[in-house]
Amino acid sequence: MAAIDKVKVLVVGDSGVGKTSLVHLVCHSEPCPVPGATIGCSVEVKLHEYKAGLPGEKEYFVELWDIGGSSSHKNSRSIFYNMVNGIILVHDLTNRKSHQNLLKWLGEVLDKGVEKPTNGYDYDPEQFAGSQIPMLVIGTKADQAQSLNENVLCKRSSVAEECGADEFNIDSTQVKYIAPGSTNAVKLARFFDKVIERRYSGSQISKSKGYFQSRI
Amino acid sequence: MSFLVDLVIMCISQVIFFGGGWLFFLKHLFRDYEVHHSVVLLVFSVTFALSCTMFELIIFEILGFLDASSRLFHWKVGLFSILFTLIAVLPFYIAYYILGNIKIVPQKPHVRTLCTFGAWLAFLYLFWKLGDPFPILSPKHGIFSIEQCIGRVGVVGVTIMALLSGFGAVNCPYTYMHYFVRHVTDADIQSIEKRLLQSLDMIIMKKKRIAIAKRENLRKASMSTGSGGLWGMLKNVTSGSGQENIGPLQQDANALEELSRQLFLETVDLNDAVERINYSKTFKGRYFNFLGYFFSIYCVWKIFMATINIIFDRVGKVDPVTRGIEIAVNYFSIQFDVKFWSQQISFLLVGIIIITSIRGLLITLTKFFYAIASSKSSNVIVLCLAQVMGMYFVSMILLMRMNMPLEYRSIITQVLGDLQFNFYHRWFDVIFLVSALSSICFLYIAHKQSPEKNLY
Repeated sequence: MAAIDKVKVLVVGDSGVGKTSLVHLVCHSEPCPVPGATIGCSVEVKLHEYKAGLPGEKEYFVELWDIGGSSSHKNSRSIFYNMVNGIILVHDLTNRKSHQNLLKWLGEVLDKGVEKPTNGYDYDPEQFAGSQIPMLVIGTKADQAQSLNENVLCKRSSVAEECGADEFNIDSTQVKYIAPGSTNAVKLARFFDKVIERRYSGSQISKSKGYFQSRI
Repeated sequence: MSFLVDLVIMCISQVIFFGGGWLFFLKHLFRDYEVHHSVVLLVFSVTFALSCTMFELIIFEILGFLDASSRLFHWKVGLFSILFTLIAVLPFYIAYYILGNIKIVPQKPHVRTLCTFGAWLAFLYLFWKLGDPFPILSPKHGIFSIEQCIGRVGVVGVTIMALLSGFGAVNCPYTYMHYFVRHVTDADIQSIEKRLLQSLDMIIMKKKRIAIAKRENLRKASMSTGSGGLWGMLKNVTSGSGQENIGPLQQDANALEELSRQLFLETVDLNDAVERINYSKTFKGRYFNFLGYFFSIYCVWKIFMATINIIFDRVGKVDPVTRGIEIAVNYFSIQFDVKFWSQQISFLLVGIIIITSIRGLLITLTKFFYAIASSKSSNVIVLCLAQVMGMYFVSMILLMRMNMPLEYRSIITQVLGDLQFNFYHRWFDVIFLVSALSSICFLYIAHKQSPEKNLY
């Protein structure tokens, strides 16, 4: 077990968007029974096959750090933001404000919780140019959103476009959304692969240029 | 003609208040949520606008602005509207949204409306029963009069006012004064953070072992199904060690997660204390510290006065303005035009009371909303807050009678009917005393507990 390498991925988003359900679904392939509000940080691990099915396949541990989104705990969250290899931004499709707040979350994580006096946690695009952390945007509660508004699922996320991140929408109570082989599962696997390759690039992974340079 | 002009003025001011309530709702209260049902927004803004209209009428009463008869008309209309909102509209919608969240109730529109109507009737019955133990009515009132409704709304509102007042009077010096700030060093915070990260590392280790054990089990299960019946069973028994490990590992992980939550909450407390220490060094912090001393004296005086009022069963007959003028004239021999200054000072006093109360209540409601709302319950909670706000403001009108000179009290007495005003003041004193004393106990216990945490 000690031989398996690990990467750390943060899962952030507003309180109540469904991060804990999502993480449980990804790691245990079953819906989470009754998630309570996360206090602090709850960690789950997933054994991920890097480059599954290709030569050079290796397994890694992906640690998913699910950060509680309550605003009263903001001053203590920064200790979780060290040595982050990937970020998953989660928003609620039934609540547009949770999508707008993703930029604030991104700013908070990238600044490691140091609040700038000028614009608080506002996201600064120039900052992102320097950081190389892979990102993924996930929208939750897709079924409820569909009953409220038909075309909300077709809209692309502006945050994802701005950061060049991949995105998809799910309903965390149904396993079919990330069943193996579905588009979402492929996107998730490619995201984890990107995180691993960014973290361990050059040292142990065999080089295969075509794969590395494929843009998601 | 003047009636029409007054009507236009009142309508414009009501539109302004409505807009104010609308903006407050969107920018502050529902900052993190999307409004799916605009009815909620509408009802909240209407309640806010009606309450502010009544305060406006008091101010106009003191200043003598607008015609007396049109003022009376607007009083009656405003009072009727706000009572209708508080007793009929708000409870109906609160029941409607609560029933929307409960899964047992079928969600078809007609069934839901019928159930809501039933719930509203139950609320009405409880509301009626509320007034029985209290001596709020003289026998000459009928059954379905406005006085009955106001009496009951007044009881609830005065209770809320006194609870908030009592807690606020004690909490205010506690938060402002530096004497109560806990001394926390950076080393304390760093040691707790280290322990938190260590516990998280241990949790991760346990979960990795669980994940590997689960994968081994899956592999063994898929391999052994190939080897058929008896041999497969034997294999499962001998290699069952992987299965057993998961149970105790999972329990360990759960216990560690509980520990990590506790450590995180302690970290939050310590960081809050450090923020308070840093704030106390700024100018604003020092100014509030200074204010804190005044507020603590005021708080002690109020508790003392409440106790005296209850023990000696007295209700002040003279309002502060007239009393102040009497003192100024009799003891300090300052000569001035009593009528004119009494008007100006009452206007100032009442205006300050109104503005600080509105601001204080809105801030408290916002903090409360942020603390307990979630995306499912946001509609219900905001409607409940609108109900609390309406009742609070109606009771404020009731109690404000005491703060105004006799000539201005008459309009309130005339409009609200012949309520037993003395009862409300007594009830306020009792609840204020209870609330203040229990807040002192509560804060004392909370304050005493925290230094012990730092003994680690």
